[in-house]
Amino acid sequence: MISVVQRRQIKNMIALVAATLATLFGLVWLVWILWTTLTKGAAALSPRLFTEMTPPPGSDGGLLNAFYGSALMILIAVVIGTPIGILAGTFLAERGRKSVLAEVIRFLNDILLSAPSIVLGLFIYELVVRPIGHFAGYAGGFALALILLPVVVRTTDEALRLVPHYLREAGLSLGLPEWKVILNIVYRSASTGIATGVLLAVARISGETAPLLFTALNNQFWTFDPRTPMANVPVVIFQYAMSPYDSWHKLAWAGAFVVTAFVLGLSITVRLVLRPRNFK
Amino acid sequence: MARVANSPESASASPKGESAFADVVGDRIFRFLTTGAAWLVLILLLGVALSMAWGGRLAFQTFGWHFITSDVWDAVNHQFGALVPIYGTLVSSALAMLIAVPVSFGIALFLAEVSPPWLSGPIGIAIELLAAIPSIIYGMWGLFVFAPFMADIVEPWLNDHLGNLAIIGPLFNGPPIGIGMLTAGIILGIMIIPFISSIMRDVFQAVPKELRESAFALGATPWEVTWRVVLPHTRSAVMGATFLGLGRALGETMAVTFVLGNAHDFSTSLLMPGNSIAAAIANEFTEADSPIYLSSLIALGFLLFVVTFIVLAIARLMLMRLERESE
Repeated sequence: MISVVQRRQIKNMIALVAATLATLFGLVWLVWILWTTLTKGAAALSPRLFTEMTPPPGSDGGLLNAFYGSALMILIAVVIGTPIGILAGTFLAERGRKSVLAEVIRFLNDILLSAPSIVLGLFIYELVVRPIGHFAGYAGGFALALILLPVVVRTTDEALRLVPHYLREAGLSLGLPEWKVILNIVYRSASTGIATGVLLAVARISGETAPLLFTALNNQFWTFDPRTPMANVPVVIFQYAMSPYDSWHKLAWAGAFVVTAFVLGLSITVRLVLRPRNFK
Repeated sequence: MARVANSPESASASPKGESAFADVVGDRIFRFLTTGAAWLVLILLLGVALSMAWGGRLAFQTFGWHFITSDVWDAVNHQFGALVPIYGTLVSSALAMLIAVPVSFGIALFLAEVSPPWLSGPIGIAIELLAAIPSIIYGMWGLFVFAPFMADIVEPWLNDHLGNLAIIGPLFNGPPIGIGMLTAGIILGIMIIPFISSIMRDVFQAVPKELRESAFALGATPWEVTWRVVLPHTRSAVMGATFLGLGRALGETMAVTFVLGNAHDFSTSLLMPGNSIAAAIANEFTEADSPIYLSSLIALGFLLFVVTFIVLAIARLMLMRLERESE
């Protein structure tokens, strides 16, 4: 016969053991996925990856044009999305703490943050690709900017709200106009938080695939011109992985390895170096 | 962003009238820019909804309610009904929630009650890294590693042990090919674990110390403290985290596209290939050769957007309630 106390303790033990197993369950997948990417990717890595173009079916080659396209699209996204995101975040934090408009925008921004990226890609398709009549590299950049924007808005908002009021008041009491207070004092004290947001957003968009399918698409050949369809690493990985050719599979794994290393490296560095706080 | 040329000293040293005027203009411009950028976020979201509705209008007009209730997806005869992708999205997301919610709760419980403090940080970060891995990597891993694993080991076992049961049997009866609803649901579940568990962990940590400690002082075990004190206190945020995970699962594209099999046939078995809204769009968009085909795919995007919008709005409202309480 077990007593009530013992029963409660047994229940407690079961729950805690189950919790530990759940954590192990989560970690197993992380290790498994990383291990697969590392072993298959490392086996497929070669210097040609960075010196040659994407090959036709069945032959060897590299991913140079895809790397270039991805870098260009991420750059376009950062150049468009960061200033708008910082300004909108500034509005939320500085001018709209109590206003209904700011609450609504904050709410909708949070939804945009988790909205399916494939739908955002379709939006850019309707907005850009359909009117100009063909896929284009810069449309891919726009789609990525749309995914980066809400991340920057939110982190800027959070970072600015952490800046103590007395800093602003000190600036205002010296007779500085509001915009100088924000540019020279508030941004400077919140710069780490804002930079964290931008870098985490870059990490997020560099693996995005779905929105690029309808915007930048792909291009087997080298092009500098963002007005034409452009190769990019995620879409190349998608097409090559779905193909029946072994040499394409190998290239897809190599690309997956590079993207994963870049994304995880960036997220870990940001977490360790810039801010120990986590971001969702 | 332009750096300001005048330092505060030079501004106050210049003739008073001019600098005051410049300050006012500067403030106006800055206000205009920040307000405009904020409105842009609002307009973008509206724009997404409107452009999806506009792009899908041909399909909605042509098929009406049949677009949602019909399971015929025939590109050759221009007949499009979205029942199979809708069903696939709902079932794969439901499977994902079945896996992710208990596991995430377990992880939050582990981090709060079991793990020594020095270990909580690294484990928390490791779990969050699962969220940082691009979804296309999940898809590739799913196709080349996990699907064969399912086909060789898990699915034959399910066939043998669950396939003959009375009610749930048909769910687990089917060819063990590894590609299908069950595989997609499991991968989705893994992907949303970090989103749910990191919020659960944060809200568990935000529970007032007095509450936890008084429960411990009454002799409650860690499990009882979590189940009877922490969980009731954080109920709405935990629900919010769950809905946030659901919103992610519904809209996830690349991971499921690889392992779902892009089949437009209706099947009760979880082992059979299926489709989801997002996977159908990703797979077929570049092949859509007629206006009605394209419009149907965009109409699918509209449905997906509306559903995720509602789910995510519920999530945010529930999470906001806790924020207000803690303020």
